[in-house]
Amino acid sequence: MSVVLNARVFADVPVPAFQPGPVGTHITIRGLTKYFAGWPLYENFDLDIPKHQIVSVFGPNGCGKSTLINMIAGLVPIDAGEILFDGKSLKDTKIGYVFQNYREAMFPWMRTIDNIAYPLKLEGKSKAEVDRRMAELVASFDVRFDLNRYPYELSGGQQQTASIMRALAPRPEVLFLDEPFSALDFEMTLFIREKLQEVFMQTGTTMLLVSHDLEEAVYLADQVLLLTKRPTKVADILNYGDPRPRTVETLSAASFIRAKKRSLEIFQREVRR
Amino acid sequence: MSTPSLAATSSVTAPPPRSSAPWAAPVVEPVAGAPGQPAWDKALPFIGPLALFIVWDLVVRLGLIKAILLPPPLDALGALINGLAGGPLLKDFAVTVWRTVQSFLIAAVIGMPLGVLLGSSEKAYRSVEFLIDFFRSTPSSALIPLFLMIFGVSDINKVAIAAFGALLIVVFNSAYGVINARKQRVMAARVMGASRWQVFKDVLIWESLQPSFVGLRSAVSMALVIVIVAEMFIGADSGLGNRIINAQQVMNVRDMYASILAAGALGYALNILFLVAERRIVHWSGR
Repeated sequence: MSVVLNARVFADVPVPAFQPGPVGTHITIRGLTKYFAGWPLYENFDLDIPKHQIVSVFGPNGCGKSTLINMIAGLVPIDAGEILFDGKSLKDTKIGYVFQNYREAMFPWMRTIDNIAYPLKLEGKSKAEVDRRMAELVASFDVRFDLNRYPYELSGGQQQTASIMRALAPRPEVLFLDEPFSALDFEMTLFIREKLQEVFMQTGTTMLLVSHDLEEAVYLADQVLLLTKRPTKVADILNYGDPRPRTVETLSAASFIRAKKRSLEIFQREVRR
Repeated sequence: MSTPSLAATSSVTAPPPRSSAPWAAPVVEPVAGAPGQPAWDKALPFIGPLALFIVWDLVVRLGLIKAILLPPPLDALGALINGLAGGPLLKDFAVTVWRTVQSFLIAAVIGMPLGVLLGSSEKAYRSVEFLIDFFRSTPSSALIPLFLMIFGVSDINKVAIAAFGALLIVVFNSAYGVINARKQRVMAARVMGASRWQVFKDVLIWESLQPSFVGLRSAVSMALVIVIVAEMFIGADSGLGNRIINAQQVMNVRDMYASILAAGALGYALNILFLVAERRIVHWSGR
């Protein structure tokens, strides 16, 4: 009697079997498809993003670097495909997101400290828990400015520092950074880059970083994900394994220069293609 | 890593002075421009009124306009000050203020929530957009006869029509404030796991505050205009509009100009009041 009585009557489109990524994969992307104005941006795109690593996304203009991380973070809807975090859906995953434009990411009607605590309040944490977490964050970021001020009273770098703190406050499993440095001056870029590295060494949070600066992309990365022109494919994935903490000396180390040169070669090959 | 950039982090920079955001926040020293300028600059706002005063005075003195049509400015100002210092003008002034405040409050209390609600559902807004735009473009004074039929010649009539005109402005501005809320702030809230309701109460309402205030400020001006018109033409026995018309009919030009100036001062004061309130409440506006 174990016969299916009402078998489905439509022709089965063969669904490719789900292929899990290798051990240590955090985010599995399978069959991701996204069209923009009728043109494919991503078509059947597969990718495994490793856990506890920083992956920098780099590629030609308009290849959809930001769109890729926005789709993973659920900010841009996808047309088809599947994105899983340790096998879970996005709904069950805690993520943090740092926008390029910090001015329009913070809430100017709240004090900076309330901005940072906002995701914790959304989680319904008690006042004591929020205070404890805030103290931790302030200590680990070595904050030297007044968090009781409103965001617009802070400098750009301070605002971006605050928005990184906000993204990290709920201890996300994945942190997305969409060109977090490109609106900052060089001094602040260096400072926040170091902070990010410190936080990463403390917590091992998986990070996905979109960058248009190759040096910065390689410097922070365990893996550099190089993309092609659209329809976008993975051009190459480059591992860069210099030990952390990486410092100014790293920038002139042979291994760093080699990784950067190799990335640049792949990038130029893809741009000319 | 040493902290070379901390010097930049530790001092909080004052926001740059902005002429468009006059809520000049903490200690922004005016940049010393050309020396000797500041005193001159302070006098600038008085030049226009002074010129008007002189031209007005000359025109009357030289007899270009008969004194029976235009009193000397000092006479009008005297009548204004005497009238407001306990004279009958004060009573009419108070009546007009009270009617304006009533109609404005009705418009604000209904209009802001309605606008925010309509704005948060774009479909809802699109379905009433034509009505709002049409009646917003219709001079409310043209609707006076309609309101006369509904409310009769009463005090309620004047308040009702002014409230109606002001309401549309408030609804329109609040709705657009929500519709045009910065998408990135909404995305930021969503990515932190905010529900639709939380996005609404923590982001959209706040984002709409600034345009809502623009709406409220225009609405109070509109309410005043309609109240004055209604006082002139809907059998009133009090109010500035009524006073202006009565003075005109007996050619009491001094009192008429005093009432006109009082109406102008009232409109100006209301505008300033709302600008100040806006800068206090929407402190982040323009930053």
